[in-house]
Amino acid sequence: MLVTAILSGLVLGGTYALLAMGLTLQYGIARIMNLAYGELIIVAAFLAYTLFATLGLSPVWTLFIAIPAGFALGWGIYGVLMQPLVRRARTPAGLEIDSILATFGLLFVIQGLLLVSFGANFTSYSYLNVAVDVFGTKLAANRLIALALAVVLGGAIYFALTRTLWGTALRAVSVSPVSASLVGIDVDRAARTAFALGGALAAAGGVVISMYQTFTATSGVVFTMKALIIVIMGGVGNILGALSAGLVLGLAETLVATYVDPGLTLATTYGLFIAILLWRPTGLFGRAAR
Amino acid sequence: MTSRLLCQITGFLTIIIALTALPFFVGPYTITLMIGMLGYVALAIAWAMFSGPTRYVSLATVAFFGIGAYACAVFNESLPYPLLLLVAGLIGLAVALVVGLATLRLAGVYFVIFTFGLAELVRQLVTWFEVNITGTLGRYIFLPVTPEGIYWQLLALSAFAFAISWLIGRSRLGLALKVIGEDEVVAAHCGIAIARIKLALFALSAVIMTLVGAIQAPRWTYVEPSIAFNPTISFLTLIMALLGGANRLMGPIMGAVPLFLLFEWLSANFPNHYSIILGLVFITIVFVLPNGVLDFVEKGLTHRITAAAKPAEVQK
Amino acid sequence: MSALLEVSGLSRRFGGLLAVNDVSFSVGQGAIVGLLGPNGSGKTTVLNMISGHLLPSGGDISLHGKRISGLGASRISKHGVARTFQLVRALPSLTVVENVTVALAFGRQKLWGVAARERAMGFLDQVGLAHRADHLAEDLTYIDQKRMELARALAADPELLLLDEWLAGLNPTELQSGIGLIRSLGSSGITILMVEHVMEAIRALCSQCVIMNAGVKIADAPTADALSDPAVITAYLGEQHA
Repeated sequence: MLVTAILSGLVLGGTYALLAMGLTLQYGIARIMNLAYGELIIVAAFLAYTLFATLGLSPVWTLFIAIPAGFALGWGIYGVLMQPLVRRARTPAGLEIDSILATFGLLFVIQGLLLVSFGANFTSYSYLNVAVDVFGTKLAANRLIALALAVVLGGAIYFALTRTLWGTALRAVSVSPVSASLVGIDVDRAARTAFALGGALAAAGGVVISMYQTFTATSGVVFTMKALIIVIMGGVGNILGALSAGLVLGLAETLVATYVDPGLTLATTYGLFIAILLWRPTGLFGRAAR
Repeated sequence: MTSRLLCQITGFLTIIIALTALPFFVGPYTITLMIGMLGYVALAIAWAMFSGPTRYVSLATVAFFGIGAYACAVFNESLPYPLLLLVAGLIGLAVALVVGLATLRLAGVYFVIFTFGLAELVRQLVTWFEVNITGTLGRYIFLPVTPEGIYWQLLALSAFAFAISWLIGRSRLGLALKVIGEDEVVAAHCGIAIARIKLALFALSAVIMTLVGAIQAPRWTYVEPSIAFNPTISFLTLIMALLGGANRLMGPIMGAVPLFLLFEWLSANFPNHYSIILGLVFITIVFVLPNGVLDFVEKGLTHRITAAAKPAEVQK
Repeated sequence: MSALLEVSGLSRRFGGLLAVNDVSFSVGQGAIVGLLGPNGSGKTTVLNMISGHLLPSGGDISLHGKRISGLGASRISKHGVARTFQLVRALPSLTVVENVTVALAFGRQKLWGVAARERAMGFLDQVGLAHRADHLAEDLTYIDQKRMELARALAADPELLLLDEWLAGLNPTELQSGIGLIRSLGSSGITILMVEHVMEAIRALCSQCVIMNAGVKIADAPTADALSDPAVITAYLGEQHA
């Protein structure tokens, strides 16, 4: 039972880490606190569901549609909705509040569209729901694939950000937008790219989640919450931090659900969140704010 | 100056007296409508009281509203009515103090996120408690309160909240809040006890929200966590206060009345597209009226006045 | 002259950087003392710790023999410490007179209403800003904002006034009147600790100078002696000039 719980926890944690990476890019580099992030996840989940149910398309293939689509959607949302706010913002705090409120509106619009299209029912589909032997316990194959996908996608993003010039430029913007523009980085473009990249990761995460979890048109909010909590635990803009915090949260949730009560998972999340913020207000791996 | 103050107070009292007499002239439908509207007026005033000056965007409204409603449901058989409200208010106060102590030290954005999920957290905890400990989910409220009684209580609560906001705006506390909203470092260096003031205000605003929930609860007869902790209430309150302008005394009222009527109409006529329209209204307000409609009107007027004054200057 | 401010073994660490390292000095009652040093030597950090904006990593600060290190800025202000900031911190959407009233309303005197406004006008008059009392602070020039900030600090009724490069950026005429203003504050009994780069002002005002370099105190002596100290000249100008 413990091994099963830990394995499930790793699967869940891997997915969370993937989701949180996207959000940390959006908030850390583009400086947009995107409360509609979870809605993008759910849109992708419904996309995977629809393609699987109608065309029989495997969710792994759906990724090749969802990732570019998520990128394009993020690019578009930033251009239409965020850029005017960024331009008019006088202070970072002002932009923070404006972006929270605007994406909050977006949350309702997307959620409303999903409700109209798919209703409020719990949705899931059965993809590769066969048990596989891992370390002497049974685990569904779709979960293993989900974990593998999270590792591959997360690894690719981490590599791109830390080992390429392009990624270094993005990270420079996250550390200091002003200095970055002084060395010739187009901050506006970097912010837009980061936001779009976040959209792509959200879409990927949504497809991965749909492979092994039930979801509804209104469950985006919970994913946003969890991703935000992971981002804060890991330190804003910190990719490795998001990865480790995601795994911690996934494990903690699964262990509590297995050994204490499934109804208390959110309480666990919150407990961790508050405990960490009180102990280290800039996050587990955060830079000291000055 | 004093005569203007006298005018304002007279005007305020006249409106309150007129609204108190309203149930004698209108039918039950209007009363129902007015109960909903006054509920949001009180919520929006309470929200703006804390979030307007401090710029902490709180999404915890429904957490407190729900606590009030649920407390009413839990104790409605064991406690006499006025005491019931007192107990509900005290529970709201206790939760507000705990939440405030834990979160008001956080940076603004972490606060938003925490309050964003607080209602969901409280809902899950209450559900878990009811299912596992008391074994009941959902409770009935049977109280001998008439709709008119609820209306008058909400009117009194709204008037109280408004008067408190007015007093705060004229007091040193109001100045302290403005300074905290502008620059906390300066506030601290001028001797303002930031943490204590924020906590006190957060608690005051939370108690008013709790009381709204407790007073409105008998209208439902049946309460379960998903009804009492409906997140839309937080969103509506926020958008109402923003529309009117959270930093102005009249702002929350100016926002709550038209938006309440709009959303009543929308939910009656477009129940399925309600949330899409809500979102669009929200985005529009953020883009077009970032400082609220009152500020917009005022700026527009000064613009026109200066524009009108300029040609005159040129002629001179 | 008894010591008003006593700083002993003060340190502050930012991550791996030791910005202030074991600094001790004292400021006598009624004195005007300069806190000098090249950029990045830790002067402002010392000021920030005295005013309670930053907590020290080690060491003690006491005022009148009472320990104030470890208290928050609002508590320390009640002990009679007020300051200006290197980059002016005005409250932009408040009026100039409101900016000053804040310090009166929450300072040691708790003035409010008409009395507070009258007192605030007095302080604005002292810094030469009375004619702009009802303008918004954000409409003032940078120099006028500095004046307003000083009026706000004075309104807190300080025993110890911390000035962080308050004279920087003034033109020669303004500088002379600024020096005159600080001198008059000193003779009214306020103890002043000022971080400053304008040598003319330091020589004119400060009886004593504490000089820092790379987080360490390198000199603490009467102004003329401190400025001619070889260690100080090396710190400012490099080895060959010493």
